[in-house]
Amino acid sequence: MPSEVEKDAITGTETTGHEWDGIKELNTPLPKWWLYVMYATIIWSLGYFVFYPAIPWVNGFTRGILDYDQRTDLDRQLAEVREFRGELLTRIEGASLAEIREDDELLDFAVRGGGRAAFAENCAPCHGLGGGGQQGGYPALADDAWIWGGTLDDIYATLLYGIRSDHPQTRFGIMPAYGVDEILTREEITDIAHYVVSLSGETEDAEAAARGAELYQRPDLCVTCHGENAEGNVFLGAPALSDQIWLYGGTVAEITAQVHNPQYGVMPAWIDRLDDATIKMVSVYVHALGGGQ
Amino acid sequence: MMDSVVPVEDVLSRKEQKREPLYAGRVKVHPMDIRGTVRRIKWIVLGLCLGAYYLGPWIRWDRGPGAPDQALLVDLPNRRFYFFWIEIWPQEIYYLTALLILAALALFLATSIGGRVWCGYTCPQTVWTDLFMWVERRIEGDRNARIRLDKAPMSLTKFRKRTTKHAVWLLIALLTGGAWIMYFYDAPTLVAEFFTGAAPMAVYFFVGLFTATTYLLGGIAREQVCVYMCPWPRFQAALLDEDSLVVTYERGRGEPRGHHKKGTSWEGRGHCIDDRKCVAVCPTGIDIRDGLQLQCIGCGLCIDACDSVMDKVGLPRGLVRFDSERNQARIAAGQQPEKWTKRLVRTRTIIYCVLIATVLSILLIGLIGRSGLDITVQRERSPLFVPLSDGSIRNGFTVKILNQTRDPHSYALAIEGVDGALVTVVGQEGVTEETVRLTADADSVTTYRVHVALPREALDGETTPLDFVLTDLDRDRTARYDTTFRGP
Repeated sequence: MPSEVEKDAITGTETTGHEWDGIKELNTPLPKWWLYVMYATIIWSLGYFVFYPAIPWVNGFTRGILDYDQRTDLDRQLAEVREFRGELLTRIEGASLAEIREDDELLDFAVRGGGRAAFAENCAPCHGLGGGGQQGGYPALADDAWIWGGTLDDIYATLLYGIRSDHPQTRFGIMPAYGVDEILTREEITDIAHYVVSLSGETEDAEAAARGAELYQRPDLCVTCHGENAEGNVFLGAPALSDQIWLYGGTVAEITAQVHNPQYGVMPAWIDRLDDATIKMVSVYVHALGGGQ
Repeated sequence: MMDSVVPVEDVLSRKEQKREPLYAGRVKVHPMDIRGTVRRIKWIVLGLCLGAYYLGPWIRWDRGPGAPDQALLVDLPNRRFYFFWIEIWPQEIYYLTALLILAALALFLATSIGGRVWCGYTCPQTVWTDLFMWVERRIEGDRNARIRLDKAPMSLTKFRKRTTKHAVWLLIALLTGGAWIMYFYDAPTLVAEFFTGAAPMAVYFFVGLFTATTYLLGGIAREQVCVYMCPWPRFQAALLDEDSLVVTYERGRGEPRGHHKKGTSWEGRGHCIDDRKCVAVCPTGIDIRDGLQLQCIGCGLCIDACDSVMDKVGLPRGLVRFDSERNQARIAAGQQPEKWTKRLVRTRTIIYCVLIATVLSILLIGLIGRSGLDITVQRERSPLFVPLSDGSIRNGFTVKILNQTRDPHSYALAIEGVDGALVTVVGQEGVTEETVRLTADADSVTTYRVHVALPREALDGETTPLDFVLTDLDRDRTARYDTTFRGP
């Protein structure tokens, strides 16, 4: 502290005595009320200590007289949501699939809420978010090809009982292993593969395809399940071979491998895993992905 | 150890070291009433400002059934802003940005021409403080009476005057706070609901809040807001130049100041008779003769005060006047002062005017070009694309149609930029066309999910550009959205 009050020559204002690199600070005091406002805010802040949890203690913390807790707040909000959903879920439980599709509110809740969330949790690991499918036998659900049928009831049944699952009512279908079990020779299988490829594209070997066509139409072979025009059969789970959707690949080599020793996927039955309302919502959601029939 | 030698003049007693306190007490300002040209202009501006503010919400504007008929309305619950014939949606908030930029530029222009005219004439703080001071003067009398009343011990008369003053202040504050809320709520409905207790809690809260702030700022804080709280005085110096007209005391003519006896000569002395009338009328309590200072709000009441004194002593007016620094320098150098209009057009003002014209044009072009129709398209990303059984590729899109008109319209949605695109609207399956019909409700955004399928030949690698074109079938308007189509 300087012993003398210094006055700035230009402004006539006193300095505070503080100096930085030759620049002196003028004493231009704040009004008192400004200071009082600060004190008032400090006093106001004491309220938080009184009303809200504030001070950490040896075994816990002061709880405040409002007994406020963010967890309680969250629980209350969750309960509100559950209540709101509960009403919709009850209505969904009582409604048929067609009725859900007709009701704008239920449809919206199934497609954008419950069905979508349940699909993301349970189905997306295999079928991909949005039902895009995955390589290696996980069919796309957003496309227009259905192995076991694409109506609401078909999707619902598939969800309930699964495919090749351990549920007694499961959808079940297995293609014989024509090569491994020596039903057909390797050449015959390759011919059939050429024919199948030619159904939806161009073949590299027309002669082989012609031989394959004959084999295909033999009553004890492909035609029985996959149909005369290779349109498939949703009751047997026999995929259409005339389209461009291939679960295990659409090249001659991949089709040969599949006829030689078929691969199968398994989908679990959800009837014991999810409640009926959820399965209904997922059915409606999957149906609305873009391929529902 | 050496004896330290302290200069004798540094040895001062505690009393001699009397210092400024760390926090300053309130210096109460008692502005005196004054009549004159400036005061008259100030009253007119005040009347216009308050009139526009209080009457604004009551102007009606018929927008047809189902729409509010208030000309100025910020409808927060419905996310609409109404300004006479213009209706702004939240997604068009850039119009507000342009308006704010315009306001800032206009303020800069006004400041470069006339100094702190905003502060002195149109700032709400000034307008309401002026109004509150007028009330104070009507109830407690002019400056001297008020100073006496302040010093007088509490009496019945003093108590009555004070109570009346604060009651009137609070009433004005309530009207001010109430009028503010009316810009956010239908005014006649609000008034009816407010007094029957039927208005929402939020209305009472905000009316109370704005009543309190008006009362505090206009009645109690007054010039403290300008001196301590407002940032504008701090940087307005950067917007002034030597040609800006600011309230100026002509030092050369006024000094040396001193009392003047009637009939004595003006030789060898200045024209300022130092009766401090300019200080007495100042609403912020400063002395304009100290030069341009932060606390000066540029209202010019000291001009009226000085002119009245000059009239009385028979000298020409204008010892205190709006003048530029350049003119003062010319006068000091013995040159002829220039007319202020000569320096009105200069680089600074031209730049501001060009900027204002530019922003204004952009704003107007935007407003005139508003079609009341817009489309936004979002591509769905999981899955990115879906191969279909016929070999084509499908993408999903969320299409939002903005219909800003007052009636529902039908639209045709078509895909341009690619060949063979087929559109399906989710929820209307079974109809797959090159062009689909959609409808949108009046004054709202309608959302559709749309599937677009493209034959594989039409794809141009992983990303194919395509446009959504929406045509209003009820009037000749088109909106377009450029996006991309993803494939394998």
